[in-house]
Amino acid sequence: MPDSLTPPQVTARPVADMAGSNSPEIKIATRDVHVFYGETEAIKGVSLEIQDRTVTAFIGPSGCGKSTFLRCINRMNDTIDICRVTGTIEMDGRDIYTRDIDPVQLRARVGMVFQKPNPFPKSIYDNVSYGPKIHGLAANRRELDAIVEQSLRRAALWEEVKDRLDQPGTGLSGGQQQRLCIARAVATAPEVLLMDEPCSALDPIATAQVEELIYELRENYAVVIVTHSMQQAARVSQKTAYFHLGEVLEYDDTPKIFTNPEHEKTQQYVTGRFG
Amino acid sequence: MTATIDMTAISARHTSAASGARTRQRYWAQIRLQAYGILALTLAAAALVILLWTVVAKTATVLFEDYLVLDVQIDVSNRDLTALNDPDPRINVALNGVVRDGLRAEIGGGDGLGRREVRQLFNLVSTDAGLELGAIVKRSVQEGAPLIGARYRYEALLDDQVQMYLGGLYGRPVDAGSDSALSVTRDGEDTSRAVLSFEGGAFEAAREALRTRRAEQAARAEAEAARQQAAVEATEARIAALGADTDTETVERLRAGLDVYARAREKALENARALMAQASDRTTVHSLSESDPSVLVRVQGGWIKLDALGPDLARGTILAGEPDVVATAPASSWQGWLYETPETNRNISDRQVVWLAEFEREGKIVTKPNWRLLESSDSSNAELAGIWGALVGSFWTMVVTFLLAFPIGVMASIYLEEFAPKNAFTDFIEININNLAAVPSIVFGLLGITVLISGVSLFGVDLFDGLLKAIIEDPRSTPVAGGVVLALMSLPTIIIAGRASIKAVPPSIRDAALGLGASRLQTATHHVLPLAMPGMMTGSIIAMAQALGETAPLIIIGMNSFIQEAPSAPGDKANVLPSLIYIWKNNSERLFDGKTAAAICVLLVFLIAMNALAVLLRKRFERRW
Amino acid sequence: MLLTLSLIAIALLSLTAFVGARARAVSAAGGVLSRLHSRPAYHGLYAALWVAIVGFGVFVLLDMIGLSIVASLMADELDARLADLGQTLLQIEKNLVLSDARKIAAGQVASAIDPLRETLAERFATLDALRAGVVATLAFAMAVLAFVVSYRQIGQDFRARNRTERILRTFLMAAAAIAILTTVGIVLSLIGETLSFFEGLGWRVDMFLFGTTWSPLSGVQEGSISADKVGAVPLFAGTAMITLIAMLVAVPIGLFAAIYLSDFAPKRVRAWAKPMLEILAGIPTVVYGFFAAITVAPFVRDAGAALGIDVASQSALAAGVVMGIMIIPFISSLSDDVINAVPQSLRDGSLGLGATKAETMRQVVLPAALPGIVSAVLLGISRAVGETMIVVMAAGQGANLTANPLEEVTTVTVQIVMLILGDTEAATAAGPAYTLGFTLFVVTLALNMVALRIVRRYREAYE
Repeated sequence: MPDSLTPPQVTARPVADMAGSNSPEIKIATRDVHVFYGETEAIKGVSLEIQDRTVTAFIGPSGCGKSTFLRCINRMNDTIDICRVTGTIEMDGRDIYTRDIDPVQLRARVGMVFQKPNPFPKSIYDNVSYGPKIHGLAANRRELDAIVEQSLRRAALWEEVKDRLDQPGTGLSGGQQQRLCIARAVATAPEVLLMDEPCSALDPIATAQVEELIYELRENYAVVIVTHSMQQAARVSQKTAYFHLGEVLEYDDTPKIFTNPEHEKTQQYVTGRFG
Repeated sequence: MTATIDMTAISARHTSAASGARTRQRYWAQIRLQAYGILALTLAAAALVILLWTVVAKTATVLFEDYLVLDVQIDVSNRDLTALNDPDPRINVALNGVVRDGLRAEIGGGDGLGRREVRQLFNLVSTDAGLELGAIVKRSVQEGAPLIGARYRYEALLDDQVQMYLGGLYGRPVDAGSDSALSVTRDGEDTSRAVLSFEGGAFEAAREALRTRRAEQAARAEAEAARQQAAVEATEARIAALGADTDTETVERLRAGLDVYARAREKALENARALMAQASDRTTVHSLSESDPSVLVRVQGGWIKLDALGPDLARGTILAGEPDVVATAPASSWQGWLYETPETNRNISDRQVVWLAEFEREGKIVTKPNWRLLESSDSSNAELAGIWGALVGSFWTMVVTFLLAFPIGVMASIYLEEFAPKNAFTDFIEININNLAAVPSIVFGLLGITVLISGVSLFGVDLFDGLLKAIIEDPRSTPVAGGVVLALMSLPTIIIAGRASIKAVPPSIRDAALGLGASRLQTATHHVLPLAMPGMMTGSIIAMAQALGETAPLIIIGMNSFIQEAPSAPGDKANVLPSLIYIWKNNSERLFDGKTAAAICVLLVFLIAMNALAVLLRKRFERRW
Repeated sequence: MLLTLSLIAIALLSLTAFVGARARAVSAAGGVLSRLHSRPAYHGLYAALWVAIVGFGVFVLLDMIGLSIVASLMADELDARLADLGQTLLQIEKNLVLSDARKIAAGQVASAIDPLRETLAERFATLDALRAGVVATLAFAMAVLAFVVSYRQIGQDFRARNRTERILRTFLMAAAAIAILTTVGIVLSLIGETLSFFEGLGWRVDMFLFGTTWSPLSGVQEGSISADKVGAVPLFAGTAMITLIAMLVAVPIGLFAAIYLSDFAPKRVRAWAKPMLEILAGIPTVVYGFFAAITVAPFVRDAGAALGIDVASQSALAAGVVMGIMIIPFISSLSDDVINAVPQSLRDGSLGLGATKAETMRQVVLPAALPGIVSAVLLGISRAVGETMIVVMAAGQGANLTANPLEEVTTVTVQIVMLILGDTEAATAAGPAYTLGFTLFVVTLALNMVALRIVRRYREAYE
């Protein structure tokens, strides 16, 4: 629990500018981030700038640290006892690892979607309204209803579930569950969405739906997605970072990474010579 | 459709002041939840600490036992001599006469004592003191250095009540106030009585205690008077309510009752007044009865028990010694003792208190570690009772349990994990095992007493006799019966643990063995079983530890009988440690409280040792695949 | 003696069969062992097993038959002798005479020696010698026969290994089936007495289940148990009250301890709290009973007296609280298991949305673990209902129907123990005792079945 709970300044977010998103502002900046699990160094000095209203993909072979790095951005690593993070990670220019930033409030602003769909054993409605309720986002029941509906629409799930909001979320299909989890994250009104291999447990049709959704989410959020699938990274992302053994070897516009990478390792990876 | 909502505006609420306050509240909720958890753990720990403390504190009272050193002259009768010379160790000799003579000699002959006082003297030592001396003498005879005819320094075990008194469990006398000179004179012609004269200040504590007591008694008498008054009023009301047609006999009876109540009331009131007067008047001469606190005076080498106590004069009976009746004893050369518990309320008489005080002064009471507790078996005399018999009984019971439960448990786990086909029969076995694990232990006791001991009959038809009768004439109370019952109880635990450890052996090892052409039985016995063995042993030891503490089924099959000999075979009648704890706890002799706690300590030590062994085994052989 | 000899002989024969059959198998192979279907040791084992099974099996069977024949012959003999003497004896006295006769025959100390007993002892000795002779001879003869038959089967193609394994597998299955036998034994031993108890009441099962006066042995002198005095409601109520008190202690403490230990406690705390709970779990119930009787009950009484409340010296409260302490580790370890079984992904999902750990626990983990916790509580109740020693040592014996936890109540288990250990003749006391035992068995079985079913469904949801 942080010593000081003085609320940070309310930063007015600029109204979405759909058309001119060519030079979006920097949402998250990291400098020389190291992560240690006990003695093991999992991330060895990563410096990245993640842009707002952009989908950024982290790719790289298994165990290269992309998920670990992703979990640093909303301080999920805090929940692991032996994990230690050094370096700075800034969001909107403020270091999120200082004492006056509360991880609980931070995570409300930086939503996360996990590899395996993990709906709570509650109704669909309760799943989506969970975040707004605990954070006290809705002023009244009507507003809460509106948030739920809008989030489900945003996750392209509304039409499928609007008649069974009181059914358990665990009863949905895998793709629906994952979209429910996205709706759940969106309902908390985050500014950034982190997605840790969100499609790895889904079939191709569900994957396509979720990918489409991710592409649309870019309009409102900074989206960071970890993926194993190069095609997916190419399809949904505008920027791509290539992780290798805990370091970022290359970070550039997605088309450039896939067509004309500078680094040899990147070249080998994207052409499928190892992975 | 609901109106769309501006999520951007909602998002801004995360960083609002309200959100900060809310977060603080949410963290408070978290702290509360953690506090409940810590409180719960603290309560559990406190319960454990208090429990262990109770046991240890009670045990501490019996860690030592007290002996009285007697200088005895070992003269034996001819009959005893024959028995002493007999090499058969089972023939015991009780040299009670020798011990009694020793006790008499210790108090200077005790010629003037009545029967009751003599019994009190003899009761100072344990009933087995003569027997134990006999054993010592017999050993000396057998070893060729007979003590017969010699004087011998014998340490006689003291009676349990005496040991409790010496241990302070019945309260000890306190100083009655001894700071003034005290002169003793003879009370007329009676040589057994004495008169004490002293100045103010002596016996002040005792007089204070007596005044308090009188006030209490006065209050009780007043309460009694009030009760009688209520009876009077009730009877008067009944008489007033009688109709005119009531027969005279009833009226007479009621009037007579009225008189009785009224007289009783008057008597109680009078009594209360008198007592109150004694309580408030500092110059009263209190007369002390047996139900009053005792005041004992040690002066000029003798003991006097007061029966009247005034502000400067007291009278009493000489309990021991012959106090010099001429000289005046200066202050603090004498002692006045106040024993608050009245003589009628304790198991130790004033005379015994006095004798023991003298023995203590002379250093004739010695305290030794109580090895008897471990070495002897059950006895109805608290000072003689020990746990050895029950320990051996527990040992045999555990042997039987282990020999049955372990092989059967291992075989059953192998069958269920390696061979059992998936069918209704196997399912039925599994359901049975799971349910047996939760059947109350007392039901296993009922199973044991019928199936193993007395036989089963259904609708008046005898189905079969007690199964164990085929090998033991009377299987009740035997470790064999107890062992079988505990084995049946432990089986589910052992099987569940066994199956878990077999499951932990990776299938690759089975595949490898089967691939080399081994049969499934060979695979199971040669490859899987050795790897699963440590886990099975661990589970079995834990099950054995549970069985060792099990009580209810064993008392049902009669292992709570009073048995004074350690069993020499599993077919002999025996107690087990837990059932001994149960028996002793039910005994009213208070020394058994401490012995019960000591038995619990021993039981806990064994349990801890067994569990430690299981943990060690697990650590030593733990393998991660 | 003869019997022991015969057992040893059978064992030796079995050993011989092993050696002999193995040698024969080797010679049947004609020097090339690979010609044999099974290795020689299996041939040996096969023969040895058969000899042992047949020999010991026949021995046990004949011995049991022999014992019962001798017993009935002796009973007839006694009746005949008594008829000659013109005496009549009660069944108990007859049993005593017979047991004395056995003791005299065995050279042990009998309760009395008279001509009748001595004649019977002689007769018994003759019969027993005959029985021993027949059993020993026949058992050994059958074992020899088994040896011969299995020896002659040996050949190159004889599938000794398969057959041996089948036998051993049957043994393994028999070991597993002991669980079933135990259950059958429990039901058999309880149901006989229960049925005859109810038969004695004229099948007034309702009087047992709903009657409110429990004093089953009060009318025994008049010959039968009265249906008016077997109302077990006070026992059920007493058991329920003590169980309720126990659960009021155990559930909150156990559950909060489990919540704290699973998701909040630092390693240091876990390192001492877990062993502490294990010690609490490992303490025998008789020790808890001692604790209740020596420490807690007097404390409760004194505390009540200090507050001016009259508390019985064997109050339900004291027994219930101690029983609750006993069940704390049970609830906490089972709850800890189910809380830990809730997948980490659910916790991550909740924490990722910005929930605190406490909110995650209360709103996600606990609801998910609820079925498991419910079943842990049910198992705890089953334990409390069947617990014996604590209540025998610290609860009362009088069947009081009261709702006041400061008064003395009695429980089903206490009454079973009192009836079985009491002075009343076993045959009379067994009826109510076994009926209570049967009730207890059925109730705990039902609780357990429900709990296991809930747990199984819960496991299926997360595995």
